[in-house]
Amino acid sequence: MRSRGGRDWNAASFGQKLAAFAGLAFLHIPVWVIVLYAFTTEDRTYQFPPPGLTLRWFAVAFAREDIWAALRLSLSVASVATAMAILLGTLAAFALAHSRFRGREAITLLFVLPIALPGIITGIALLSAFKLGGIQPGFWTIVTGHATFCIVIVHNNVIARLRRLPQSWVEASMDLGADGVQTFRYVILPQIATALLAGGMLAFALSFDEIIVTLFTAGHEQTLPIWFFNELFRPRERPITNVVAVSVVLITMVPILLAYRLTRPREFESK
Amino acid sequence: MTPAIELAGVSRLFGAVRALDEVSLAVAPGEFFALLGPSGSGKTTCLRLIAGFDRPTHGNVMLDGENVTNIPPFDRSVNTVFQDYALFPHMSVAENVAYGPKVRGVSETERQRLALEVLELVRLAALADRSPAQLSGGQKQRVALARSLINKPKVLLLDEPLGALDLRLREEMQIELKAIQQQVGITFVYVTHDQGEALSMADRVAVFREGRMEQLDSPRALYERPRTAFVARFVGSANVVEGELARSITGAPRAFAIRAEAIEVLATGAPVPDGALCCEGVLEDLHYHGATSRWHVRTDAGPAIAAVRSEGLPTAATARGSRVRLAWSRESIVLLTDT
Repeated sequence: MRSRGGRDWNAASFGQKLAAFAGLAFLHIPVWVIVLYAFTTEDRTYQFPPPGLTLRWFAVAFAREDIWAALRLSLSVASVATAMAILLGTLAAFALAHSRFRGREAITLLFVLPIALPGIITGIALLSAFKLGGIQPGFWTIVTGHATFCIVIVHNNVIARLRRLPQSWVEASMDLGADGVQTFRYVILPQIATALLAGGMLAFALSFDEIIVTLFTAGHEQTLPIWFFNELFRPRERPITNVVAVSVVLITMVPILLAYRLTRPREFESK
Repeated sequence: MTPAIELAGVSRLFGAVRALDEVSLAVAPGEFFALLGPSGSGKTTCLRLIAGFDRPTHGNVMLDGENVTNIPPFDRSVNTVFQDYALFPHMSVAENVAYGPKVRGVSETERQRLALEVLELVRLAALADRSPAQLSGGQKQRVALARSLINKPKVLLLDEPLGALDLRLREEMQIELKAIQQQVGITFVYVTHDQGEALSMADRVAVFREGRMEQLDSPRALYERPRTAFVARFVGSANVVEGELARSITGAPRAFAIRAEAIEVLATGAPVPDGALCCEGVLEDLHYHGATSRWHVRTDAGPAIAAVRSEGLPTAATARGSRVRLAWSRESIVLLTDT
């Protein structure tokens, strides 16, 4: 495995390593800047270095009722959208995983499309549809908008797992006397549980920080991302947005790390 | 006596393909019944209809005299051992075996007792707490068998159960399966493409070809009196002589089968006993098999004929390309119906 120069051709050169780390740094330094300015004493400009460090913005943010309202709305929207996605996405995955019928590919494409479509298209389409139907924008319109892409996430996760499930397991279960419900509960659900959980967590995280579709469907409601968006135009108390951002990063990290762990191939499966 | 299984004029069509075509058969209670045929012959379709995974396009499936054609698999007293074993990977061996009683609502302690009992029967009680991933192919096979037997079905269906095992293990399991079948007295329906397996284990064998049942007979009858050229070739590896060659040997164009071990190989022009049938040809190949050798002779009329001779018999010249005479008695041929 040696090149003519005697160097291991499979190893990266110093320049490549440097470029890789520079790329990573470029992606992560802004996050750390946000963390840093959550503690600054200067509340109007992002002055570097910060003139002083303080924890007072955490107390200020904690006392602001509009932040709590936005957070509550975002959490409820994400929970309801995820629950809908788990139910409908799983049902759709079952319908499409093993059956063969005319138009199956077309339906799959229609199903996955919302995630490929730009959010602005989904947003405008939903907005005009709601207006046409005379539906007032509010909690349920936001949930509907988020569900369009959350369903896809769950569907994709579950269908990938279902396709790896041998059909003979289902047949064996039925053969041994289990009806459809028992087969789902004892054989299929344990096999797709991690896929459901991972899909659900990703869907939750996506819904939680969605802004484009939300802008069109929220009406006067303010989810957390919209709160951020509006806060940027205020000249004072800038560090409060940073405090909220840091909290959100910490909170969303948990489900994303869990989802990552759960979807890793388990060791005994490969035997 | 009411048959354990009866298929009455059963057909299964997939689009225009006749996977199973007007099959009627009856399996007696306690019988070891084999469905034999090459892949795509309809034997597995037949099994799936009996299990209830599939429904016939025409005809009826009867179990123990009861028409079950429209009854789902979980309401039939039939269990299946799958080709890939289909063990549930998230359950231990004991949990897999106890699955049937569990879904029927048997209590935890009672089903543990039942599972151990049946694991004892397949000599796997020691591995009850293992996960299926930790078992060898032969052990998985036994777990699958135990999981089916625990339900005490009237009929056990086995779909190429030994297909994934190596030769030595396969021979061991053949003996064991047969012994277990005699011990529990359950009707076994055994799907295989291996004629040796079917002949050595089954009481009766149904030979399938292209969705039709070609012949249903005891192993001995199938081997000694095949009715069609297909059965003669597939079950007995016999030579099928037809057309011009048949006419030149017997004087009639009707096809007949002649088993390779019934053919003598002589020097060209050698005298043959009165009434014997013979033909001549060129030795194409000679395969040594230890106790026997297999001679491939290209007859002058065109088709090749194989003869199997024990070593040490006085035979003709063994060089490839030399001319030989093949001879056999008139009694050893089996006349076939049209292929």
